[in-house]
Order: sequence, then structure tokens, then C-alpha cells
Amino acid sequence: MALLSLERISAQYPGAAEPVLSDISVNLGPQQLLVALGPSGSGKTSLLNLIAGFVEPSAGRITLDGAPVKGPSAERGVVFQDDVLLPWQDVLANVGFGLELAGIERKKREARAREMLSLVDLSGFEKRRVWELSGGQRQRVGLARALAADPRVLLMDEPFGALDAFTREQMQELLLQVCKRTDKPVFLITHDIEEAVFLATDLILLAPNPGRIVERLTLDFGQRYNAGESARSIKSDPRFIETREHVLERVFSQRGAAQRQERA
Amino acid sequence: MSSYEAAVAPAATPATPRPVKRSLSTRWISVITLFVLLATWWGVTAAGLIEPLFLPPPSAVLEKGWLLATKGYMDSTLWQHLSASLGRIGLGLGFAILTAVPVGIAIGYNRIARGIFDPLIEFYRPIPPLAYLPLIVIWCGIGELSKVLLIFLAIFAPIAIATATGVRTVDPAKIRAAQSLGATRWQLIRHVIVPSALPDILTGIRIGLGVGWSTLVAAELIAATSGLGFMVQSAAQFLVTDVVVLGILVIAIIAFAMEMGLRALQRKWVPWHGQVH
Repeated sequence: MALLSLERISAQYPGAAEPVLSDISVNLGPQQLLVALGPSGSGKTSLLNLIAGFVEPSAGRITLDGAPVKGPSAERGVVFQDDVLLPWQDVLANVGFGLELAGIERKKREARAREMLSLVDLSGFEKRRVWELSGGQRQRVGLARALAADPRVLLMDEPFGALDAFTREQMQELLLQVCKRTDKPVFLITHDIEEAVFLATDLILLAPNPGRIVERLTLDFGQRYNAGESARSIKSDPRFIETREHVLERVFSQRGAAQRQERA
Repeated sequence: MSSYEAAVAPAATPATPRPVKRSLSTRWISVITLFVLLATWWGVTAAGLIEPLFLPPPSAVLEKGWLLATKGYMDSTLWQHLSASLGRIGLGLGFAILTAVPVGIAIGYNRIARGIFDPLIEFYRPIPPLAYLPLIVIWCGIGELSKVLLIFLAIFAPIAIATATGVRTVDPAKIRAAQSLGATRWQLIRHVIVPSALPDILTGIRIGLGVGWSTLVAAELIAATSGLGFMVQSAAQFLVTDVVVLGILVIAIIAFAMEMGLRALQRKWVPWHGQVH
């Protein structure tokens, strides 16, 4: 059963000639990791902002547990690309921030925050200042903060885009472990094809002008990782490479079509 | 050059981080500048190059300072003048912080508040306090109220403007992040917007305090019987130059100490300011 459901969503910025997103329908259920992959301009971030409630669709319906989505809420936790932690608080207070907003008493929220920090492998960093952390550590704190508020779904806006290649691989593996342990459905957007193919249980490929879904894939590489196979062995598996090349080809064929259209 | 230094102090060099060394030397440059100025002052007056009427020697100013502290000038000791001035500045600053910070937050956060307050502040801000001083005297008389009001008005604008700027430049992603953690409008202001704007608010207070001191002399033009500004002005009318110089020095030292205190506060309260984040 779908938890989060988007029905025929379109979005248009005021004054723009063409919509950024057109006729998007997609469902997200328990234990799913839905990845939206697309080049810049394909409306990935707009799609996430719609689900998060930062902007409203011009047409269509978004529902969570059958209730229409209206405005931002703690039910839909967001992990951003840039570090949006609060520098005036230490790591523990940052992770517990959502619980503080919900009016949960200090002892309880600190216990929960500690639990989340250990989930993202950051035990021992509780009292550190956020500006002392590396980019990867900050993203872990961001993930722990989103999870601490116990959202129904987790939305991730190119969460590893600003990290170096080594840290990114580690974070991908960490995310899969966290998904397995928390059972949270995740909607993640990225422009990194290998990341998308590795992480996704369900992949949607977006094309620009206007942003629309051009392909849907169901994948199991992330599940194989969680079943115990190593990330390197999965990523060098011919089937993985074949899928990656297929997706790459689809992206380029879309781009080629768009360019032909422009020239015509 | 570095190899030469290393040879001179082989043990100390590797352990000492460079920035610390540099900030120390900056402080030394300031100290030396101050001493050169004092020495020049002493030199030109001791050599008799300048009449004591125009510039009394440092020793005379110090002596006068002792006299003022013990016996007083114009019926008040130096401490009474000082506390009168500090009281006025303190009251003006206190009221200004209490009102300008909320007004600044409203201007930065709310369109209607911006429409109301922005033109008002921008309208009176460029007017020199001396220009609207007569109006304040007509409205509020010549008591303490007028003096404090004048200082308050001078300090209000920079704090309100700095706060509004701070609020308007809060990272929108931080606001969205807090909203998606369930923050209400008031929680946003309290937990995200005000702390984010704090560095700007403190800068506004620093600027405001500077303006406040310069307005103090104007404020003490209004039928004052004590205060550093009053002391300097009445001394000037009788050409008591050493009291004038002393008054100026005391104001400078107090203002300098307050500025340093505020900077220390800024380092303590907003240690993340200027950090890469």
C-alpha cells in the first residue's frame, strides 16, 4: 500500500511559460527507496519541494496516509544538500532540535538524539560544535536530526552532492544501513547515476522541458548490499554496469531529442 | 627569513601557530602607536612649542584629573560627571535595545511592519541630533527625559537597521529545515531567526553605542549641571583647556572599553561568526 502518493502533479512558477513539472504520478510505500534521477532543469528539486510542502502544485494531488499534504510538517523530514545545522548549538542539540520544537523534555530528547547519533556512527561527537565537523559528518548529523523527529517519510535533496567521492560512497552505504534498521521510506533526488542505481529500490528518470518521468525501473542492488554483499562487488557486477549504462543512454537520448527539438 | 627565525628559536617556532603570533604583533603596533603619540604630546609641550592654553602638557592634565576626582569641577566630581553621563547612555542604550531589536525583527520578517517602520527610520536617521534637539526641548522640556530621548533616538536607528538586515539575510534553507522539523512561526523566530541575526544585532549595538557617545555632548547642551559633555563644554567657555582634554580622554577611554567589551561578548556569544559553515 502506498504511503505517499503523487497523482498527476504539475507545477509552474508564476510568470513562467512552461511548467517545471508535468503530469507526475508516483507512489512510495514502506521499505521503498525511491530515487528521482535527472539532469539539472528536470525539476527534481521542485518535486522534492512539493512533497516537503515548501511549494504547492498547480495541479494534482499529494497525499500522505490518504490525507492531502499541506505545508511543511514534521511528518516529512528533509535532509538538504547544504549544511543547514544551527551553529549556535552543539551536535546533540542539533539532532534533538525537532524534538525540542515538539516540546519534548530535555532528558527524553537527548536520549533519542544519542540513539540517532549512534545510528549514523557519530557516537562521541555529542558535544562538538557543528563547524568543527567535516562535510560528511555534518550530513550525518543532518540525517540523524531528520530521523530523530521520527517522520513518516524521509526526503533527501541531493544529500551527498557536495561531498567528495570517497565520503559519498561511505554515505551511500550508511544510508542503506540506516534504511534497513529504521524501515523509513525514503525519497531521494540525485544527478549521480551510479548513486541512483546503487541505492534505489525504485528509480524514476526525469527529463527536462517540462520535467516529466521518462522511465521507471525496479532495482535490487541496495537490497543485495543489505543482504551482505560488498558495495564494490555490486558496483562491478556486469548487471549493475549494464543498468547504469542503460540509464545513461536514456539520459543522453532525452538530451539529444531536446536539442533536436530546439534546433528544429 | 623563516630559516633565520628557526635558527634563533628552534624549540618555540614549530609549536607556535602563526595566527597567534601575528595578532600579538598587531596589538604591539597599536601599543607603540599610542606611546609615540603620548611622547610627541609630551615632547612638543615640554619644549614649549605650543602654548599650554592650546595644549597643556600631559602632566598638567593628569594633575587636573586628580584634582577633579577629589575636589571636582562645576560642583561635581569627575565621578559624578562620569556616572551622570553613563546613566544617560545606559538608559538610552537599554531602551533602544529593548525596542529596536523587536522592531528590527518585525521589519525584516513582516511586510506590513517593513512598510510602516522602514520609511520612518530612514526619514529621521540622517538628521543630525542637534537639528531636532530644539523640538525635543519644546516637547519634553529640559529635564533628563529630553537628554535620554535624544540618545535613545540616535542609538535606535542603527540597531533596528542592523537587526532587520540580519533577519533578512537568514539562510532560507535553515528556515525550511526548521519548518520541516515542525517549527511554528514563533519557534522559527526564536530558534532560527534571532540567533542567526545575533551577529548583526551585536554589530548594530556597537555602531549605536558609538553614535550614542557623540550624541551625549549634544544632549548635555540642554541645561545640564553634570555630565562629561557638560564638563567639556563649560570648561571650553572658560578656556580651561586641561579639563577639556581630560574630558575628551575620559570619554575616549570609556567608549573604547565598552567597544572592547562588546567585541568580547560577540566572540563569546557568536563564536561561529566568520567560521566556514
